[in-house]
Amino acid sequence: MTTATKKYVEIETNSDFEVRSLDTMCINESGLRHSPYHNIKYLFAGIFFGIVLVKAEVISWFRIQEMFRLQSFHLYGIIGSAVIVGIISVWSIKKLNIKTVYGEPIIFHKRKFNKGQIFGGILFGLGWAITGACPGPLFAQIGAGFSVVVITLLSAIAGTWVYGLIREKLPH
Amino acid sequence: MNLIEYVKQPWPWYVAGPLIGIMVPLLLIAGNKRLGVSSSLRHICAACFPANISFFKYDWKKETWNLFFVAGILAGGFLSITFLKDPQPLHLNADLVKDLKHYGVQNYSSLMPTDLFSWQTLFTVKGLVLTVGGGFLVGFGTRYAGGCTSGHAIMGLSTLQWPSLIATVCFMIGGLIMSNLILPFILQL
Repeated sequence: MTTATKKYVEIETNSDFEVRSLDTMCINESGLRHSPYHNIKYLFAGIFFGIVLVKAEVISWFRIQEMFRLQSFHLYGIIGSAVIVGIISVWSIKKLNIKTVYGEPIIFHKRKFNKGQIFGGILFGLGWAITGACPGPLFAQIGAGFSVVVITLLSAIAGTWVYGLIREKLPH
Repeated sequence: MNLIEYVKQPWPWYVAGPLIGIMVPLLLIAGNKRLGVSSSLRHICAACFPANISFFKYDWKKETWNLFFVAGILAGGFLSITFLKDPQPLHLNADLVKDLKHYGVQNYSSLMPTDLFSWQTLFTVKGLVLTVGGGFLVGFGTRYAGGCTSGHAIMGLSTLQWPSLIATVCFMIGGLIMSNLILPFILQL
């Protein structure tokens, strides 16, 4: 057993399952621990993502209104073509058994349905159309100089916190 | 037209969409990371105000990559507005502009309507509803749904997960209701 695999097994047995329950999106599936400088590559990935969000005007409140008023194809085209590229990429990763740059197998989890996807989805949709921003564009709007969006972001953090507080009482 | 001038124009959907889609394999291959942004809000809660809530008691340090990622998005926003800003005003749908003028939106030169979102309007009823109310719904709703546009609509659909399709449809339903039925009343406040 190499050191890397040993480390991997060790951390897997000590895994935190709460973060995976109900909420398996957007998390780290890697069992490897790295020194912090390895995270720099995600900073660059974020910079690239942020530039695309601004240049494609995804962060524009006006474009979001056009989308929800069915007055423009722009955002539908972006989401649709992003999903097609994503599907082809994921299919290729599975088919060709592509590994991470550290040689770990790439893991996919099945998501379970719960009512939160309906209730939470609608609540988020309402908020998206008010602020003109989903969470990614919130950060990009702040970077693009709309400083008042810091308040929107703080309020979003508060919303997440309140969800955590009352989560057990909500239908799932 | 030189290259920089060319890049400064708004990027069409068929350029931007695939560039966003390519984030999915990029993050997976870089280290088994799933594209997603709203989780960063949870990690911030877990890091700063866990308050003994079980939902925030997990090893958030393992997810530091996500905080680097959102810091990058913020930096990317700054870089593109500083170096790649399009000098032209937005090309908007004429019907939208007509409706918004009716609600007193006059400035169409930047990506956000500064008549609605600014420090001056923040402390009005309308400003509070738009900024604080809207933000709260985004944070609460994404976590309740277990993901946002990137986590569900892009990452979830890329891996053909039907719960993500339901979530995405519900995002759209919420948005359609707000933009067409509720927002007109909020803008009148």
